[in-house]
Amino acid sequence: MSAPTSASRPTRASRPTRAGRSPAGTATRESLLSRSAAMLVMLVCTAYFLVPIWWLLVASAKPDGRVTQGNPLWFDDFSLVDNVTNVLTYRDGVFPRWILNSLAYTGGAALIGTLLAAMCGYALAKYRFPGRETLFNVVLGGVLVPATALALPLFLIFSRFEATNTFWSVFLPSLVNPFGVYLARIYAAASVPDDLLEAARIDGSGEVRTFFTVSTRLMLPALVTIFLFHFVAVWNNFLLPLIMLGDERLFPVTLGLYTWNTQVNQLPELRGLVLVGALLSIVPLIVAFLLLQRFWRNGLGSGAIK
Amino acid sequence: MSRTSAAERRGTARAPADDRIGRRRAPVPHKGAIAMFVAPFGVLFALFYAVPIGYAVVQSLHVVERTGTFGPAREVFGGLAQYQRVFDDGPFWSSIGRVLLFGVVQVPVMLGVALLLALLLDSNLVRGRRFFRLAFFVPYAVPGVVAAIMWGFLYSPNLSPFTAVTGEVDLLGADLVLWAIANVVTWVYVGYNMLIIYSSLLAIPPEIYEAARLDGAGQARIAWSIKIPLVMPAIVLTTVFSIIGTLQLLAEPQVFRTFSSAVSSTYTPNLTVYSTSSIPNFNLAAAFSVVLALATFVLSFTFLKFTGRRSAR
Repeated sequence: MSAPTSASRPTRASRPTRAGRSPAGTATRESLLSRSAAMLVMLVCTAYFLVPIWWLLVASAKPDGRVTQGNPLWFDDFSLVDNVTNVLTYRDGVFPRWILNSLAYTGGAALIGTLLAAMCGYALAKYRFPGRETLFNVVLGGVLVPATALALPLFLIFSRFEATNTFWSVFLPSLVNPFGVYLARIYAAASVPDDLLEAARIDGSGEVRTFFTVSTRLMLPALVTIFLFHFVAVWNNFLLPLIMLGDERLFPVTLGLYTWNTQVNQLPELRGLVLVGALLSIVPLIVAFLLLQRFWRNGLGSGAIK
Repeated sequence: MSRTSAAERRGTARAPADDRIGRRRAPVPHKGAIAMFVAPFGVLFALFYAVPIGYAVVQSLHVVERTGTFGPAREVFGGLAQYQRVFDDGPFWSSIGRVLLFGVVQVPVMLGVALLLALLLDSNLVRGRRFFRLAFFVPYAVPGVVAAIMWGFLYSPNLSPFTAVTGEVDLLGADLVLWAIANVVTWVYVGYNMLIIYSSLLAIPPEIYEAARLDGAGQARIAWSIKIPLVMPAIVLTTVFSIIGTLQLLAEPQVFRTFSSAVSSTYTPNLTVYSTSSIPNFNLAAAFSVVLALATFVLSFTFLKFTGRRSAR
């Protein structure tokens, strides 16, 4: 949804014109008061969004989890490196394992899931076949199913096959992304011209080959968007692993941090580790956003037209 | 024969150009390719979406029976017995009431702030758009569990940096903890919703504003009379997702149980489902989740219908 709309990014190019076209007089007249009010709102909101994260960074850098020591919003006896080392080595390095697990669950599921969703959405957009609309409506219905309503029956089914508490019990269900199919269909319809497919057919390219060599390239911005949303959804998924997994060596980082946090009363030294771990767990997603964002946005402009 | 008629029926909904191609070819061209594209997703969707939903419905219609007090347990068909229990379950319905109250307050606040920020980003009143957009979006990178842990620390009187506030007001007490959780959810999702609304603002062709400006409409007037109506679809979409999210509340209250005794094991419907399944009473938990899924459907569809009718007028 954010995707097809941000598709029309080219309008951004015309933005300076839009602003420029309005007479300079009115622009400055409406500015002084409104401009300061607007900036005030923006700054207050920025503080609201960023101060907690800043506090997390500062608290993670205080020695031995003494989060209340000194100025709460400034560094005191900077020991971030020691703390990170502690988290990484605590109990034979269970934390880095959680991060790797999360990356495996999330990266793998998002990659494969995006490909599968793209193929299905593409077929729904570009081919006519009996049951097409039914299939699409069923998939759309899937978007509305609360993930939590699925987790429990999934647990029961997996336990019938004695497959709970395995990597696959969390990984396989994470592959399915109905919303991705919906997005892929919209994008494929908008950004892959039928004429081009006809041309490819005339050139003797098979359908599957055309999809992988031509269509995926045209849909790339969409694929990045789908990947990103899927990545976030799986990275944040808490209930499925909570229900499925018992062995902490299989935990994703969210579940791991949650279990540490529940043990803080018995093991107070965990308090500092939870904070530092929380900080570390945010880093991969921020990196993914920063890396993919530019690509994601730039491509969208040239891709779909709505 | 039936296939052609089906194709013709569907043809009405189709773009004319596609239709022409469709009709010129054999009934279903590229059958193999279509199967290859659809099957992998289709199979997984069936296995991990359709089957579990069906299974939950079946489970919810069963009850566990024991022969004698210590006899072996076996599942027998129980009709709507579990649903009767769901219906009679006071804590479950008060948890539904709680999340509805939560949603009625939190969703408008969150989307109102998201809309305001999107409009400000889209106006030419603000410098440094790129920075602000990123700053507002950063919390979305924080998983719900981690956000809840972080805010749990911030709310705790003995850990918080804001002791001036947390020392005076018991944010984790029974009166306020729901709104403390609402703040966590708002904090995480404002930026996400803002981005959706903002992207759809960018999609409005600037020419549309010209006439309004010539008529002397200011920024606020343009925002109210042009921009907001045009981004209504995006707002409706974010609302539906927020409604679904509200009814699904689990991770945040689950984490808050470690910070606050005011959050019970049946605080939200999903917590009820989870606690019931870990007793374990899977049949009852399945009935809870079926009711919850239906409630989500009904609410989302009602909202879609309601807004659809309004915009049609």
